[in-house]
Amino acid sequence: MQIFEYNGSAVVAMVGKNCFAIASDRRLGVQLQTIATDFQRISKIHDRVFIGLSGLATDVQTLYQRLVFRHKLYQLREERDMKPETFASLVSAILYEKRFGPYLCQPVIAGLGEDDKPFICTMDSIGAKELAKDFVVSGTASESLYGACEAMYKPDMEAEELFETISQALLSSVDRDCLSGWGGHVYVVTPTEIKERILKGRMD
Amino acid sequence: MTQSSVDVPAKGGFSFDLCKRNNMLIEKGLKAPSFLKTGTTIVGLIFKDGVILGADTRATEGPIVADKNCEKIHYMAPNIYCCGAGTAADTEAVTDMVSSQLRLHRYQTGRDSRVITALTLLKKHLFSYQGHVSAALVLGGVDITGPHLHTIYPHGSTDTLPFATMGSGSLAAMSVFEAKYKEGLTRDEGIKLVAEAICSGIFNDLGSGSNVDICVITKGNKEYLRNYMEPNPRTYVSSKGYSFTKKTEILRTKITPLMERVEITEVGEAMEE
Repeated sequence: MQIFEYNGSAVVAMVGKNCFAIASDRRLGVQLQTIATDFQRISKIHDRVFIGLSGLATDVQTLYQRLVFRHKLYQLREERDMKPETFASLVSAILYEKRFGPYLCQPVIAGLGEDDKPFICTMDSIGAKELAKDFVVSGTASESLYGACEAMYKPDMEAEELFETISQALLSSVDRDCLSGWGGHVYVVTPTEIKERILKGRMD
Repeated sequence: MTQSSVDVPAKGGFSFDLCKRNNMLIEKGLKAPSFLKTGTTIVGLIFKDGVILGADTRATEGPIVADKNCEKIHYMAPNIYCCGAGTAADTEAVTDMVSSQLRLHRYQTGRDSRVITALTLLKKHLFSYQGHVSAALVLGGVDITGPHLHTIYPHGSTDTLPFATMGSGSLAAMSVFEAKYKEGLTRDEGIKLVAEAICSGIFNDLGSGSNVDICVITKGNKEYLRNYMEPNPRTYVSSKGYSFTKKTEILRTKITPLMERVEITEVGEAMEE
């Protein structure tokens, strides 16, 4: 069985008008057995940058702790928060360092950059950055997510419409994947607030 | 004192900490992950006044298209560009690394970089990793000694050619070059030929697709024509868009207001003495 299918995951991020949304499922499993239904896959690095990690859960947590550590060091030295583009380069470098024995996870990074311009990107497990202007997906449900997002996405959506679109795309994709699901966790970030919402989904 | 220095930013190079654990997982039956590859058609040719490089823009992850519009022509120096095929992380990392080394070399020598400098740095690095760093490159540029075009294979061997193609679409592109290339092409003829070769790769090779990127380098000047041709636009877009009749059900909402970012400017006199 594939290493990425050990725990199961689904993460997606979308760009809207001066805002972005990042969503994930909530299941943590060991192959076909579900052991938790409230696993945190998306973490806040600072108020305007979020990272969602899919793949092997142990590497998700280890990598998140290393990144928070590096960001705190950066804040102490530079006395400011990291820009999302800089953070993406940092994650890419940390992943490429382990090129021949990689962390088995795929990050999705979303943030608000200068002038509140939204930034999203995803990487494979060795740090190949893939910048996108519309949406990025990752996880076991990624193929369904590609299809759902491609159909449902529109450019320049406002925060509420973006939330509805990303939730519908996430829930319909995880319904077609046995290894992810059990609800959804969506963050919609605008320059003035972070809205975190837990979604009700199929619990199977 | 315990080994607390393990997470301090490393001095560079690869770290093999997780190899033992990953091998253990593979022995237990878990298959290793696949990496983002740039299936690719990349080409280069030398024309009358310089070098033209071309690339498609599709990045694949297995059979799925991960990025429909990625950049495969990487900057090395103001007069040198490099197209990359193979594992995407490897091409990006290797070209970034050699680009930094070239800049430091320029500061040290006070001269513009030469294409063979970039070539030697790249082939040394790739050979030392015996092909495990899977980057196949087409390097082109114009320096004081004239225009140069080279291909570099993942194991470190290089070729110097008047026209070159690499990647999964290389046969499709090479067939166009072999039929139509001649020495002393003008700029427009060269661009047309490169675009035709890349299109041949895009339409005939499954690992290449989307748009055509072109970079023209001449003495003292370069032009990066991103998305020069877009032969695969998305045509069937519904103008109505998607409307959802059944709204998603929300269990909990938490709103965190973000504080206004305040710029503090230092006002006051500098200390004397």
